[in-house]
Amino acid sequence: MSESRKPIKKTRYINPYLGGVLLGLVLIAANFVSGRGLGASGAAKSAVVATVNTVAPGHAENAQFFREYNASHPQGPMKAWLVFQMLGVIVGAFLSGAIFNRLKFKVEHSPKITSKRRIIFAVIGGILFGFGSQLGRGCTSGSALSGMGVLSLGGFISMAFIFGTAFALAWFFRKNWI
Amino acid sequence: MGPLIINDIISQNTNFFLAFIIGIGFGFVLESSGFSSSRKLAGMFYGYDTVVLKVFFTAALVAMVGLLFMSLFNWIDLDMVYINPTYLWSTIIGGAIMGAGFITGGFCPGTSFCAASIGKIDAIFFIGGMFLGIVIFAEAYPLLEPLYKGSFKGTPTLPQALGLKDGVVVLGIIIVALGMFWVGEWAEKKFPREEY
Repeated sequence: MSESRKPIKKTRYINPYLGGVLLGLVLIAANFVSGRGLGASGAAKSAVVATVNTVAPGHAENAQFFREYNASHPQGPMKAWLVFQMLGVIVGAFLSGAIFNRLKFKVEHSPKITSKRRIIFAVIGGILFGFGSQLGRGCTSGSALSGMGVLSLGGFISMAFIFGTAFALAWFFRKNWI
Repeated sequence: MGPLIINDIISQNTNFFLAFIIGIGFGFVLESSGFSSSRKLAGMFYGYDTVVLKVFFTAALVAMVGLLFMSLFNWIDLDMVYINPTYLWSTIIGGAIMGAGFITGGFCPGTSFCAASIGKIDAIFFIGGMFLGIVIFAEAYPLLEPLYKGSFKGTPTLPQALGLKDGVVVLGIIIVALGMFWVGEWAEKKFPREEY
């Protein structure tokens, strides 16, 4: 379809199937090197534990969650594979944004909603995802994608319930997106 | 041969360095596929942009098939690869909560970091919320522990649970995925939207 209005800014994304193949190769590399897949929420947990250890050491010693985590990570929460991997993610995404000319401070939202509404929902979504990823032992990358890559039953269940619930609730939040 | 760290082929520091390099690849692929845009990600759930489906399932298939072949060639010992354990109810409820987070927030944790690193302010707020969500979980942990550690089913793979061979299950998944790609392409034509 040819658009004859003002020239639309084209966002150049790579072919999704090529992106998928490359992501699959990255996932294989992770398994080959470390024996584990990729992840994101695990690094966020490390950051939270490290912060609590520093800011409220007394609480970290008393509260069961932090006590168990610190006992199982004697080298400290930040000396973790996923922490280094997430630092790489931030660099890699920045490089891609720089190469494809997408570096820009903005609140991205549908023209039908305000930036404020977008931000409120982003915070709510973040809280839910943060909480859910702890309960579910990993997020879309760590549990669903990496789990499926090694054919883990848990990975498939995770995938089904993340995407299934999002589909089931999509109608209620349609105003935010379409 | 693989996994390298488990077989002591590389040191822990090399492992962390490679984690950083692998992370760069991970972030680069996610961003260049468009995963730094919440509107593009959310498009999955309305049919106007199914990039998530295509990238996610292609990646899972490539990894499944690739790891199976690598194990066949004895390049990697899959018995030493971490299989996510299955805790039935915490996985189901956690997954459902994450799904609700996905449709409200428009990101998942990995994509939110990608989006934040190219300047998406909504992603920075999502990350703030995510940290808060983890703190809430940590503080409520004594209450949640029975759910979190309950209904443990071991570390079965899908083929084990179904009693089928790995290759048969992977072939089935490939066929299902091809069907979903077809539906995705159809949906994008039916609900066209400008690229975000």
